Amino acid sequence: MATEPWQKAEIPGPTKALIITKPEVVVAMIKKAKRPLLVVGHEAAENQVGDKKLLDYAIRLSKMGKIPMVATAHIVGELAGLGFKPEGFMPAVDIANRLVDPEWKGLDGNGQYDLAMIMGITYYMEWVLFSGLKHFGQNLKTISLDRYYHPQASWSFPNISIENWAQNLDVIIGKLGE
Amino acid sequence: MSRKNVQIKVKELKTNVATIKDLELSFGRLTTETWTEPTGPTPFPSITALREWDHKLLQRYKPFYMPYCDVCCLCTFGKCDLTAGKRGACGIDMSAQQSRIVLLACLIGASTHTAHARHMVEHLIEKYGHDSPIDIGGLSIEVEATILRLVCGVKPKTLGDLEEVLDYCENQVTNLLSSTHTGQEGNNIDFESKVFHAGMIDHVGLEVADIAQVATLGFPKADPEAPLVDLGYGTIDSQKPVILCIGHNVIPATGIIDYLKASGLHGEVEVCGLCCTAHDMTRYNPKAKIVGPISWQLRFIRSGLPDVIVLDEQCVRTDCLNEAQKIHTPVVVTSEKNCMGLPNRTNDPADEIVADLVEGKVAGVLILDPEKVGEVVARTAVKVAPNRKKFKVIPNVEDIVVGAKTCKKCDDCRRACPQDLHIMEAVADASTGNLDSLSSLYDICIGCGRCENACQMDLPLHSYIVKAGEKKLKEEQFKIRSGRGAIQDVEIRNVGSPIVLGEIPGVLAVVGCSNYPHGGKEVVDIIQEFANRKFIVVTSGCAAMTAAMYKNEEGKTLYEEYPGSFEAGGIVNVGSCVANAHIAGAAIKIANIFAKRNLRANYEEIADYIHNRVGAVGLAWGAYSQKAAAIGAGFWRLGVPVIVGPHGAKYRRMLLGRKDREEDWYVHDARTGDRVYVGPAPEHLFYAAETKEEAMVMIAKLCMRPNDTTRGRAIKLTHYIDLHKRLYGAMPEDIDLYVRNELDIPITMKDEIRKILEDKKWKENRIPDPTLLPRMIRKRKEEA
Repeated sequence: MATEPWQKAEIPGPTKALIITKPEVVVAMIKKAKRPLLVVGHEAAENQVGDKKLLDYAIRLSKMGKIPMVATAHIVGELAGLGFKPEGFMPAVDIANRLVDPEWKGLDGNGQYDLAMIMGITYYMEWVLFSGLKHFGQNLKTISLDRYYHPQASWSFPNISIENWAQNLDVIIGKLGE
Repeated sequence: MSRKNVQIKVKELKTNVATIKDLELSFGRLTTETWTEPTGPTPFPSITALREWDHKLLQRYKPFYMPYCDVCCLCTFGKCDLTAGKRGACGIDMSAQQSRIVLLACLIGASTHTAHARHMVEHLIEKYGHDSPIDIGGLSIEVEATILRLVCGVKPKTLGDLEEVLDYCENQVTNLLSSTHTGQEGNNIDFESKVFHAGMIDHVGLEVADIAQVATLGFPKADPEAPLVDLGYGTIDSQKPVILCIGHNVIPATGIIDYLKASGLHGEVEVCGLCCTAHDMTRYNPKAKIVGPISWQLRFIRSGLPDVIVLDEQCVRTDCLNEAQKIHTPVVVTSEKNCMGLPNRTNDPADEIVADLVEGKVAGVLILDPEKVGEVVARTAVKVAPNRKKFKVIPNVEDIVVGAKTCKKCDDCRRACPQDLHIMEAVADASTGNLDSLSSLYDICIGCGRCENACQMDLPLHSYIVKAGEKKLKEEQFKIRSGRGAIQDVEIRNVGSPIVLGEIPGVLAVVGCSNYPHGGKEVVDIIQEFANRKFIVVTSGCAAMTAAMYKNEEGKTLYEEYPGSFEAGGIVNVGSCVANAHIAGAAIKIANIFAKRNLRANYEEIADYIHNRVGAVGLAWGAYSQKAAAIGAGFWRLGVPVIVGPHGAKYRRMLLGRKDREEDWYVHDARTGDRVYVGPAPEHLFYAAETKEEAMVMIAKLCMRPNDTTRGRAIKLTHYIDLHKRLYGAMPEDIDLYVRNELDIPITMKDEIRKILEDKKWKENRIPDPTLLPRMIRKRKEEA
């Protein structure tokens, strides 16, 4: 069960995400990346991870890993309320569309990203966004940081409990801060 | 107009030269032309006739593909893995494959509407004759059949005139479909151009179907005061026999209503409908009732109210027959496209069919004669109702509690649910006798029943939700304004100038199906917001029904609260899916009536006009079907942006502009020939929003057009900024792209915006007479 897509009918085909068996995998991917990017969707403002919002984890991850964040949907105001200003905000389809353009200069003008991590977008929408990135993102690796298996990403957690998810995110954030 | 296949027979013709006997002359086509408007460059355009226009749009709004899966499985070469740059055995790559799938979806939609129109026209010609006039609004509509004029270059006067238009549609759909065969088209942009062509053909089919039925069946004719009719389960008198019609083609339902009237049963029997057939039933007879949108099928059937279920075509659940059998209700299917495996009894005597249905000898029958459908269904309903006693399969609370206790907590229900509803937790609560959690799912459930199919214990989970929400279901009593059809010429005259100049901030068309991410309330909120902001809001299809399903504090629905006229702040229900033609038609008429542009076969110029000047945007928040894709494609070719909800991302392809690429946003100034930067207006052509809030901000933004006057742009910017601040909690970051000069800046925000412009090193731009077509540059013409 662990490696099945969360929505069971979402079968992608031959190329499926590698499973993040331990959080250090994500840490290594981030440290290896030259230009990582964190994409955070509206569910991050709604979903609880233990006693915190997913958005709190996103902010800590961005800060500790020095990873620029793009907020999608309408959550930029929510982030501002938490004292955080993302590097960019735009619709989810817009950031995905930019990530597949080899000529895009990035949010800071310094060039395309080589690692995109996504969290907090509705499963079925995130599914097709990952698919677009998988097929058309040149030299781009992707990681799902949600707690459901996303086979269209390069790397994904399996379907895990909220507690397990929180522990994983805590380890990733902690190790990035070391 | 022309006449096809004209034959003249002469028994004996005597002349000075000779005597001729049994002379027979046959003409393929006979044309009598009375329309003096000159024919434009593209009458009955072929697949490639508008390719250049398509490529202009696609250069700006490039496709972004989001495949469902990695493979192509359309031929026996396959399956072929197309992942990340691989090509299939036929040579196709993923971009072309995805655009091919989009084309197939749009062709399913276009062929469905065209076939619907063909059936409609053939039936109406048989009943009313070839020469039955096309009058869809009396003196209020002089520019009728705008899409037919624009695309085909014809001005139909009679039902018979519509036949050659349908010949054209069928020819184009066939040719387009052939291009999807293995080893045909291989370029994604050319596939996309064909998608646009399919969409345009779809709009032709829509218009034929609706003007034919409006002209002949006594529907409201462009009437802003079309009657307010009943909608909702609670409006249906369960004491009477109930006939339920599901689908989109109203012809069988007219047969039922006619028979009830002729036999004195009208008023004794409830006739209600689901989906667009219901819209058109109320247009035919305001006493007919609408149950609700497509997603109400399972809940209404299982409630046991219908005594006979009549199925026509499109969006009918394919398990309706199974569901009907559960409640002991006979089914009559009426369309060649949807026979459900039932015996064809069209030529049998009505008495025999009724007897077989009433006695339960057959679960249902196929009847292709609408008049016989009327008689059989009405008589069967009257006889079946006392026996059925509204037998239902909605469990009682005790059954739910017992069933819920057997739940294995596998969570497969949630993992099958398109909405990711927390069904398992709700069932756990139900096992303790608390149905509140299940009840809370009622408003968001789209009624697909996938949870039941997934359940390892075969629990009827959808029925659990319906039972828990039963009070809400029974309280569904609403008023909707019956579909009015076309927009009057005088309405266009009144709003043409303020729309084109930007002083009416936009036209919002809320259309499509009910696959909403969080229930219908979001649709109501969006409509109300923009009507209050004095946009013109137009509705159709299931979305039009959803718009009626909430009341204000005074107990009024949106249709009771807002005017039904095409004016600032109006909420205009045009009708069923096929009535979407009138929404496109309104945009086209603005170019013709207000701007005096010729329509006849002049597609490219009119689309260029609409794209650059008419601030219209479509919202299909719950779009699910291939028909919705085709309707959207028709708007794309006209240059009108379409927003879908998050489920719409599963159409697998967006058409996205890039506001950060300045070079994409230049137009020609038709006055001077200069290339002028106009900003990303409109920014996208097809776009899926993640949330309601995002969609609302984007609606306001996508209504901006290069032609806006400074006053109009200031008004549009006010709405965009105001919504952005309220819903995003921040100023937009792209204001500098939409302010062309100082006068564009909303007066109440001058200081704030000037500061932003300064920070961004903004420079003033001039406002051109915008066009994407070099041939529209007047200076060059003068020079030539």
